[in-house]
Amino acid sequence: MLTPNRKILSLILLLPLWFLIYLNLDPLASFIVYQILGLPLGTHLSDAVWFFIFEVPKVLLLLVLIVFFVGIIRSYFSPERTRKILGGKKLFAGNILSSLLGVVTPFCSCSAIPLFLGFIESGVPLGVTFSFLIAAPMINEVALILLFGLFGWETALLYLSTGLIIAIVSGYIIGKLKLEKYIEPWVYNVKMGDQQFEPVAISFSDRINIGFETVKEIVGKIWIYILLGIAVGAGIHGYVPENFMAGLMGKSAWWSVPAAVIIGVPMYSNAAGIIPIVQALLAKGASLGTVLAFMMSVIALSLPEIIILKKVLKIQLIFAFVGIVALGIITVGYIFNLIY
Amino acid sequence: MLSVKVLGTGCKKCQTLEATVKEIIANNKMEATLEKVEDISAIVSYGVMTTPALVINEKVVSAGSLPKEDQILTWLKEG
Repeated sequence: MLTPNRKILSLILLLPLWFLIYLNLDPLASFIVYQILGLPLGTHLSDAVWFFIFEVPKVLLLLVLIVFFVGIIRSYFSPERTRKILGGKKLFAGNILSSLLGVVTPFCSCSAIPLFLGFIESGVPLGVTFSFLIAAPMINEVALILLFGLFGWETALLYLSTGLIIAIVSGYIIGKLKLEKYIEPWVYNVKMGDQQFEPVAISFSDRINIGFETVKEIVGKIWIYILLGIAVGAGIHGYVPENFMAGLMGKSAWWSVPAAVIIGVPMYSNAAGIIPIVQALLAKGASLGTVLAFMMSVIALSLPEIIILKKVLKIQLIFAFVGIVALGIITVGYIFNLIY
Repeated sequence: MLSVKVLGTGCKKCQTLEATVKEIIANNKMEATLEKVEDISAIVSYGVMTTPALVINEKVVSAGSLPKEDQILTWLKEG
């Protein structure tokens, strides 16, 4: 076990090393592909291999760094605390706050039900609760990192802001529609314990530990999807002809956005595998709006989550929820296709 | 006699926590009953929204994470 000071010191030493590797990936990849492997320049194979050797360490490096900080930031938030903040908040202002908290509060879809019960029981309005439930899975730190790494910060920012807007507006509409009657009645009979669970006060060096553990947990779980996703992406990159996707997923195909969402909603995949593929499709003529709509619908809505929610929501409310979010994603898709 | 409860639905971490606690109790030959609470209303009645949670003598000691083994042992001893 490292002492707290040693831990901070090792961090200070690790960061420059990280930057040194990250900033030299391009020549490094070229060196490996053209010198060590001896592949000729400009062939399909060398293009694909170069893409793979360049992207894998780049994405993994970004992932480790950002997930580490996400872990530290999340250690300051908990669903219990978020619930307290949101209790009795009004619509709109509540929706904004709730969406923002949805991004930073640690959340796993297996906790969706207890979270829903806890929110409703402590008087968080239904629409505000939904803003949280939409933002939490939709704005995903791994997706954000991958978008940043593969497309640049503008796209990452667009994803973050449009995701927030969808969560805020959808939650607001659900609140305005007064759909409370479509909550299963037993939900209102649940008594939330008043036991105040106070986590032990933790020091900053504990938080650094949490950061490292988050990296181990998340990166350990998804590295394989990233590898597979980048491998498929590399194949598309090297072998699929330019503009191949233009007809199917391009701007001219007006139906491509709703089609992407309809295919994406029931799909359940993690962002890690899907984004590298999406990036390669984009390079081959698919349009950003279509691709982003597909990605958002895959991450934000999924069949397993809908089945979980069926326990507390009647089917009408589930349809309203899925329909409103899907419409929001389609709108964002069209907007992006118009802008770019 | 300690009363120990693991609150959690079917998630993987919940199962891990139950197994870990069981092992710690057995290894230290503690006098304790271990119960897994899966009913959501019951879980929420402890004021817990994130699983797995660990309850010792009706007091919630952790929620939403998998505590370290030595930490669990300390809690059990403090009981």
